[in-house]
Amino acid sequence: MVRIEKYSKKSISIMKFLFIMPFMLLLGIFAYYPLYGWVYAFFDYTPPIPLSQSPFVGLKWFHTLVENQVKIDQTLQILKNTFGMSGLNLLFSWLPMIFAIFLTEIKSVRFRRFIQTVTTLPNFISWVLVYSLAFSMFSSEGIVNGLLKQLGFIDSPVLLLQNSDHVWIMMWMWTTWKTLGWSAILYIAAIMSIDDSLYEAAYVDGATRMRVIWHVILPSMVPTYFVLLMLQIASFLNNGLEQYFVFQNAFNKDSIQALDLYVYNLAMGGGSYSVSVAISMLKSLISVVLLFSVNGLSKRLRGESIV
Amino acid sequence: MSDTAVGLAPNDKVPGSHLTRKIKVQVSPTDKMMTVLIYFLFSLYALICVYPFYSIIINTISANDISAKGDVIFYPINIQFHNYVDAFKIPGLWDAAIVSVGRTVIGTTLTVGASAFLGFMFTQEDMWRRKLWYRYTVLTMFFNAGVIPWYLTMRSLHLTNNFLAYILPTIVAPFFIILVKTFVESTPKELQHAASIDGAGTMTLFFKIMLPICKPILATVAIFAAVDQWNSFQDTLLLVTESKLYSLQFILYNYINQASSISSMVNLQNAGSTAIASLATKQTTTSIRMTVTIIVVAPILLVYPIFQRFFVKGIMIGAVKG
Repeated sequence: MVRIEKYSKKSISIMKFLFIMPFMLLLGIFAYYPLYGWVYAFFDYTPPIPLSQSPFVGLKWFHTLVENQVKIDQTLQILKNTFGMSGLNLLFSWLPMIFAIFLTEIKSVRFRRFIQTVTTLPNFISWVLVYSLAFSMFSSEGIVNGLLKQLGFIDSPVLLLQNSDHVWIMMWMWTTWKTLGWSAILYIAAIMSIDDSLYEAAYVDGATRMRVIWHVILPSMVPTYFVLLMLQIASFLNNGLEQYFVFQNAFNKDSIQALDLYVYNLAMGGGSYSVSVAISMLKSLISVVLLFSVNGLSKRLRGESIV
Repeated sequence: MSDTAVGLAPNDKVPGSHLTRKIKVQVSPTDKMMTVLIYFLFSLYALICVYPFYSIIINTISANDISAKGDVIFYPINIQFHNYVDAFKIPGLWDAAIVSVGRTVIGTTLTVGASAFLGFMFTQEDMWRRKLWYRYTVLTMFFNAGVIPWYLTMRSLHLTNNFLAYILPTIVAPFFIILVKTFVESTPKELQHAASIDGAGTMTLFFKIMLPICKPILATVAIFAAVDQWNSFQDTLLLVTESKLYSLQFILYNYINQASSISSMVNLQNAGSTAIASLATKQTTTSIRMTVTIIVVAPILLVYPIFQRFFVKGIMIGAVKG
């Protein structure tokens, strides 16, 4: 059948691009254009004086972060918080993998589906809701304190949300509660795609369940784990704002302020827009460097990159 | 993709299971103990996942004075439904509900449409500089300009205190585009070739052929997008100061911290009516906070179990391929 070419190949290809151009423009406005805001880091921006009339200060704000002992201490504290909380998450990054392995050990399909539904549910509620749940359970008039009182363990309520001591662990616990079931899905997918011949070979050799897990399942999940670990390392500095914002209060401010929250507080709470942008910029740049390093590492170790 | 437990017992329906039938699988006492332990641990964890929701629900239908002391732990006490009736009297809640429902419906529709279209277009190999634009899109997932630049951008676009600020930035979502693109690439190429030989143009190809096929992955995207919209809090926090535009999540956050003033307001309204305001039905900070929590989370609790099966499969397809 002879196809009559109405339009040239080139014009068709450009036409196809024109279809998506509005969307690319949209993306450009909301993802790339904000980067222009980084120039604010080099000026002394105090609203409502517009940028064009603000004095140019170059790298001044970057210097203020380390100019005296007080500032250095604060910077270190923020970094400690960030590293602490990201570090904890990294430390237990293998949990979803183990969760997935043992989940697939369950033979009853109904029970497995039930567990999967129930444990992936927390992933879909917002951090505000998590905070509300936490508040109901752990506040001074909450359920935990109520139970402890009823059982006679304590006389006055234990302050779980209002102290600085165990913030990191609590944040890690809530993060795990929220994401464990969901993160496991990726690993379950990996397990499902294991070739059956591997199992057969193991059984022929008389392997018990534990040996099958150790020699067949675990090795096949390592690639997935590796990629996810690298991605987690690359976003080490990005703790996110919402989780820590909702849990923040006057009592735990010292240990809960990770980088993202600190950047927000500086600007919205303290009015230091320029410093905030400066830190934000640093963070983004370092994150990109991290990402490329991790990508390069992956290329060397695994032979393929992640991005 | 096998749905059952992966071939560990002789009679599971696993490909090649006729082989395992002939091989005796060693089941030692340790294995049996392990099974019990696994079932126990998972049940415990499931309980931990469910209990917070359960405890708040039973608190909202219990007598408020008992609930405020933290004494309602395992089962509701002195059941009453007054809290949900009073919920309508909470200032701002109705407006916020409309805002949240509105943005969820509109935002999700647009996001799904855009993701479907862009995911499809990025598979068109003859598109001008396809690889470049794809990288341009995906790259945005890996950097973030920051909170202040974002605010400044939105302000310069007149999108602060504007409902569109909830919608426009979410339309082009790289993650969803990747999901759709991966899915389309897993469909047989002959389908598109046959259609284009028959004279189908790009749009016909998209609307008449690919769109119906992509229903599973689009359902997945829809759920994710809807949940993102329903749960969003940060955009209200950063961009909106007009209370009429507050999202439900934002209202909830405020209520947690301001519940005392709200409970007095509601009780004041009730004082005029003929309803006997006993201690059990009088609003406390606890009852306000918990009732609003349940209202905000109810759609998710109700809808999620139904849709969960869809997108677990959808994500798995994406994961295995991508």
